[in-house]
Amino acid sequence: MTIVRISDDALARALGADELAAAFANKGATVERVSSWGMHWLEPLVEIEGKGFGPATVDEVDAILAGSSEKAIGVIEQHPFIARQQRLTFARAGKTRPLSLEDYENTGGWAGLRRARQIGSEAIVEEVTQSGLRGRGGAGFPAGIKWRTVMNAPGEQKYIVCNADEGDSGTFADRMLIEGDPYALIEGMAIAGEAVGATRGYVYLRSEYPDAIRKLAAAIERSAAIVAPFVVEVRVGAGAYVCGEETSLLNSLEGKRGEVRAKPPLPALEGFLGRPTVVNNVLTLAAVPHILAEGGAGAYEQLGMARSKGTMPIQLAGNIKYGGLFETAFGITLRELVHEIGGGTESGRPVKAVQVGGPLGAYLHPDEFDIAFDYEAYTAADALIGHGGITVFDDTADMGAMARFAMEFCAAESCGKCTPCRIGAVRGVEVIDRIRAGGRKRDVIELAPVMHNAPKDEGRLPEQEIALLTDLCETMKFGSLCALGGFTPYPVMSALKHWPEDFTGKAVARTPEPAE
Amino acid sequence: MSAKEQRIGEIIAEHHGREGPLLPILHDVQHEFGCVDAESEALIAKGLNLSRADVHGVVSFYHDFRPQADSRPVVQVCRAEACKARGVERIIGAAEKAAGTRVRVSTVYCLGLCSAGPAARVGDRLHARLDETSLVKVIENA
Repeated sequence: MTIVRISDDALARALGADELAAAFANKGATVERVSSWGMHWLEPLVEIEGKGFGPATVDEVDAILAGSSEKAIGVIEQHPFIARQQRLTFARAGKTRPLSLEDYENTGGWAGLRRARQIGSEAIVEEVTQSGLRGRGGAGFPAGIKWRTVMNAPGEQKYIVCNADEGDSGTFADRMLIEGDPYALIEGMAIAGEAVGATRGYVYLRSEYPDAIRKLAAAIERSAAIVAPFVVEVRVGAGAYVCGEETSLLNSLEGKRGEVRAKPPLPALEGFLGRPTVVNNVLTLAAVPHILAEGGAGAYEQLGMARSKGTMPIQLAGNIKYGGLFETAFGITLRELVHEIGGGTESGRPVKAVQVGGPLGAYLHPDEFDIAFDYEAYTAADALIGHGGITVFDDTADMGAMARFAMEFCAAESCGKCTPCRIGAVRGVEVIDRIRAGGRKRDVIELAPVMHNAPKDEGRLPEQEIALLTDLCETMKFGSLCALGGFTPYPVMSALKHWPEDFTGKAVARTPEPAE
Repeated sequence: MSAKEQRIGEIIAEHHGREGPLLPILHDVQHEFGCVDAESEALIAKGLNLSRADVHGVVSFYHDFRPQADSRPVVQVCRAEACKARGVERIIGAAEKAAGTRVRVSTVYCLGLCSAGPAARVGDRLHARLDETSLVKVIENA
């Protein structure tokens, strides 16, 4: 009987994979639901004996079974998009059934945990440090150093908290990992627990990912005996973007408002319920089983460039022809990612801007596409890698509107604890509106004779408003408690720097598009 | 004791042993009654030995919790950067028109389907690669 493999990833399901699977089952085929290969433009992708067909529809079931479908893409593993990658964290993508313990074990699962238990905590931390693994959530802090701090911290009860609050637009690697290879995350958390002496782990998962919540809960139940005495629990977020910030996440986990905490104390010393806590991103923890497997740390350290070691699951999103998950060693240029791998825009129009690192990342101009994917190189270019999301925009994008949206988003999602973010973002929207409206006239109150001190001039010119915006962004950047207020200036200022005409010239000439 | 008091008491008892039980309790209450209203806040505060202000502070902080039940079906449409890049703003007008007052169209920032936007969510069902026609259809079927 024909075995047909179709992904049960949320993206494939959103595009009709369930209906497609049912149609194949009706024709008498055995349908296996596997994880997604990450070639999203081909979803729902059907795999029969290693060969792929996609994007498939229910009408094409007969043709695919007969082998005469025009949607054939050949052997999936030899597809250029897959063949060019170096998959470590996503080694199982497309190949295993997400919740099958058998598949996980057969593909090297639990080997890292077994070895970790033999070598003991000091050696685990040593290997993670040696591998050069850095936090994949955005800040890029070395995982080994964080683990060592928690290991050496005094305390009866310590915690491993996995940050799965992947709120950045343009990122979906956490979602794909949890839906496609949940045991890898659980194993990574258990290894972290072994390293620092923690017996409890929490995964803080956002409520916008219903499939991931369901799958992770099922995976935790099935693997409980294997990772015991380590215990993992899923906690569902409640729609607050700022809870992706680690201290805000800890407050939320404790059942409080998700307000950011001032650091120090570091969460490593006083984290969840005031106890020593490792807070790591999904991708950081999921990279650990590979590193802890025999010889894994050395192999990981060999990949990448400078101080950015190993591989990064890069997410190609937005207006891109070949979008999806592309895991590769650090050092690849943006040009390769957007043009060679991504195939340019889906609309076929020229690329205007690329936002790297989610809503708080800078908009990069095509002139800057030679920049290599590396934490330090991006920092030097006033940009950030963040969680590795790349969102492509074609030339119809209005960058002034996108800058306004960045401020608006910050205003909507600010936790309210610090002033530069809470008030600065609101003022930011207003200033951008004034720039786009061509400046500001003095109002009736200011012009009233009793207002002695108010200037009676023509008002503020767009240039003066831009100076005000620049100043505001400086204040937000250096005065905010966390990355939400601190990094919102990146998209705003980069848009202003590269596309000033979207703020001034065009905005006056035509009616501004509604920004949301 | 009203049925609501009874049920909220059960929910609190179920989560009481957890570390940081408030969010799981609020999710269950929201799921059960479609909102976390003032009455529920008071009951939860009493059950967890918190002040009502503490509980209200938490409820009002998170976008997921609503103070009043809304019996209309909800269609969440993603309007974050990646979906904007794929043209969600060009079709949202038609969506809102199709929704009228029967369906509540709400904005969500990212469903994680960023390579295949515009995307929408109805309950636990996700929809991707939407255009004007298919989004309107999703709303009509909601």
